[in-house]
Amino acid sequence: MHLVLFLIFAGFCLAGAVNLLLQTHPINSALSLIVVMSSLAVLYLLLGAEFLAIAQIIVYAGAVMVLFTFVVMLLNVGVEEKTHGSKIARVIGFPAVIVVLDVIGTVIVEAQRHMGAISLSQPITTTQDLSRVLFRDMLLPFELTSVLILIAILGAVALARKEGHS
Amino acid sequence: MPQSLLNDVPSSWYLLLSALLFTLGVVGFLIKRNLITVFMSIELMLNAVNLSFVTFAHEWHAVKGQIFVFFVMVVAAAEAAVGLAIIIAIFRARNTLNVDQIDLMKL
Amino acid sequence: MNLYLWLIPVLPFVGFLINGLLGRRLPKALVSTVALAFPLAAFGVVLRAAMLAWPGNGNFSLPYVENFAGSWINAGLLHVDFSFALDQLTLVMLLIITGVGFLIHIYSIGYMAHEEGYWRYFAYLNLFLFFMLTLVLAENYLLMFVGWEGVGLASYLLIGFYFDKKSAADAGKKAFVVNRVGDFGFLLGMFLLLSQFGSLSLGKIGDALALNPGQHGGILTAIALCLVVGACGKSAQIPLYIWLPDAMEGPTPVSALIHAATMVTAGVYMIARTHGIFDRSPFALAVVAIIGAATAFFAATIALVQTDIKRVLAYSTISQLGYMFLGCGVAAYSAAIFHLMTHAFFKALLFLAAGSVIHGLNGEQNMLKMGGLRKKMPVTFLTMTMGVAAIAGIPIWAGFFSKDAILYEAFQHGVLGRSLYFVGLVTAFLTSFYMFRLWYLTFFGESRTSTTSLGEHGASVHARSDTRLVLEAEPSHAVHESPWSMLGPLVILAVLSFVGGWVGIERFGQFLSPVTGPIIDPALEPGGKSLDITLTVVAVAIAAIGWFFARLYYGRKSERPGQIVAAMPGVYSLLVHKYWIDELYSNIIVKPLTLASRYVLGWLGEGAIIRGSAWLLAGIATLLGELVRRWQSGNLRSYSAWLAAGAAVLLVFAIASALFGLHSFDFAIAWAGR
Repeated sequence: MHLVLFLIFAGFCLAGAVNLLLQTHPINSALSLIVVMSSLAVLYLLLGAEFLAIAQIIVYAGAVMVLFTFVVMLLNVGVEEKTHGSKIARVIGFPAVIVVLDVIGTVIVEAQRHMGAISLSQPITTTQDLSRVLFRDMLLPFELTSVLILIAILGAVALARKEGHS
Repeated sequence: MPQSLLNDVPSSWYLLLSALLFTLGVVGFLIKRNLITVFMSIELMLNAVNLSFVTFAHEWHAVKGQIFVFFVMVVAAAEAAVGLAIIIAIFRARNTLNVDQIDLMKL
Repeated sequence: MNLYLWLIPVLPFVGFLINGLLGRRLPKALVSTVALAFPLAAFGVVLRAAMLAWPGNGNFSLPYVENFAGSWINAGLLHVDFSFALDQLTLVMLLIITGVGFLIHIYSIGYMAHEEGYWRYFAYLNLFLFFMLTLVLAENYLLMFVGWEGVGLASYLLIGFYFDKKSAADAGKKAFVVNRVGDFGFLLGMFLLLSQFGSLSLGKIGDALALNPGQHGGILTAIALCLVVGACGKSAQIPLYIWLPDAMEGPTPVSALIHAATMVTAGVYMIARTHGIFDRSPFALAVVAIIGAATAFFAATIALVQTDIKRVLAYSTISQLGYMFLGCGVAAYSAAIFHLMTHAFFKALLFLAAGSVIHGLNGEQNMLKMGGLRKKMPVTFLTMTMGVAAIAGIPIWAGFFSKDAILYEAFQHGVLGRSLYFVGLVTAFLTSFYMFRLWYLTFFGESRTSTTSLGEHGASVHARSDTRLVLEAEPSHAVHESPWSMLGPLVILAVLSFVGGWVGIERFGQFLSPVTGPIIDPALEPGGKSLDITLTVVAVAIAAIGWFFARLYYGRKSERPGQIVAAMPGVYSLLVHKYWIDELYSNIIVKPLTLASRYVLGWLGEGAIIRGSAWLLAGIATLLGELVRRWQSGNLRSYSAWLAAGAAVLLVFAIASALFGLHSFDFAIAWAGR
């Protein structure tokens, strides 16, 4: 059961990611990314992180991606031009990516010896557990992040408004 | 399919997925021409890392891993807001979102 | 009882300091007094030392060594002290230098009376005395070298005394440079001495030689030959004689003192000093003898055709120095020193008399423009005659005894000696001939001095006619005799040229024998006393024949000289151009050297190295800049690509070290622990 679920939603992730790369119009890429986010939310659930799964949907898929979509539609640049990348990049780039992936993969596979398996019967991290740590041990970082968000809002407003306003 | 495998997915698979997603994000970051698409690749990378964190948090039964994901999400959201505001400002100045044509510091 | 040897050089040095530093502002009388007082004082000290230390007086045993300032160099193997030593040889040299030097100082008072650099002249002259006295008093070779170099310096300063005259300045440079070449040989000799004997002290070297009586040849020959190079430079022998004729650009008293009586004899003195080593190396002795005889003959031939009176005397000096070298080369050191002494007397006399003639003729030096001065300058004529007789070897004059002694010793010295004897004999003939030629041309016949050449010089010039260093303008004089300040020393030197040889080689050699080795008694030699007498008669005959021919050719106005020249134009041209040696040296040595150094300095040094390295540095900076500039493209994708590449490298590195166990930390700790 777990395996099937994992395979399906991992597949959705990969498909969405690849589609993001292959699409020319940014709106299609944004929609693909939404697919990726949602699939990741399911995977979080499978990993026992219920709060994070919901947060992923609400924050990422629901807010960030909406923001992206708004901007795409606002600016409306249209289809991306064909990219003339340099030949060197093509020659070195793809093998390099594969090599790096190989290296990382090797490490991970090696590490499997020291790791266990994920199963659905393992306990989930409840929101209670999370909030206990968040509001007790991590109170200061929590407050600081709220300040960070405030700054981000101010910055976004300041950057995006039209010139000429006092 | 062995029963064990059906119910127990090895942790390394999640990590492999995370690696793949991250690599795809890097490739997109390098290949794409549209500024917004580049930005989206960055978000993809962040998500891949989040997956990795959650996997390890589950592996070692450390809630702190999930807390970290929480913070990453917060920062990513803030970053997305500010970054898109910048992109709008750039578009107003250059009237293009082609990364190759935005090569001067001075706006 | 202290002999105060150190006073002997120091007194003239004080005179140099006073005249050199203050002389410009002092009145001329004071400059003269200072200039005369200190050499006279030095002469006084020498006399006192001579009287006290004369063998037989019993107060001192010679050699008397005086360490007057402690240790000079004390570095590893090299120990050199400030030491003066007095022995018979040094005593002879000291008497000559201070005595004749003092006389020449008196002469200079009159000769240089109207020169602008009066104070400078006497300062340099005193400086020269200081160095020369150091040279002969030195107890070790390094101190001797100090004096050696110093007299070279003083010579340069005095030859180029009329420094605004290009030929004088060039002559000074030439003298110095050629001396330098000789000094190089001297230095090599010193290095070899040091490596062989471990010391440069004359005493210690003598002791070391005495310890090893069987040592011959080899390194000793090498030392001797190197020292011979030095001696050739200083004493103007082949191949380093070329500076001496040019040195006549200096004032005539300078020529008398430095280039006749004292400095040029330093080489002979040095060889006589080092005779211990030369005796052990027959090869080196042969070299010295051959060089001496060849130079004597060579210079005499050139003197035959010279027209400048000073040039004749210069080549004559070179020739006589050749005789001294011949004497040393046949191991007759006392005979060589005897000739050195008599030569000092009569050559100084000849130069000073020539100076008197030049002075009397307001600067004329060309003998072809002289003549008939016998009546107009009687004292000069008489004294010069004494000098000519002495150098020609007329019996009972001084030169006769000394030259004869050398020729006799040469004859007795094996096959080589005998052949060199004949060379010496021919040279004696030539000497007599050209000296009497000079005598006749200058003093006899009708006066060839044109009145116009006298009238041109509105100002009375008491030195060279074409310098502008003339202070006062006097109404032009006719040919006149010189003042007594100049004639006095002439008379004294004339007397010395007459009686100087009467001491005789036997007594002189006996006096010097503790230093130069035992003398040869003619009675005991093969041929006995009769051979001695025969050779003497031959020498006198040769001198007389020379005089006869000179009288024939130059006694009266005759066509014969012109006929000879016309008959042998090639030989004449060769002699007049001094065998083209100067041109040869210039083309073979000077020009390539100048070219090479210009190339090295200009192209290599200036161009390649300096400009090249500047260009290189700038080029590197520019090139790197060009390369790095491409990186800052402003292109986002390019930046991100490099970012990714860097990250990948780091990643691979981290993984690799984790995988393959590269524990860099442990490495560092292990290294530090060792």
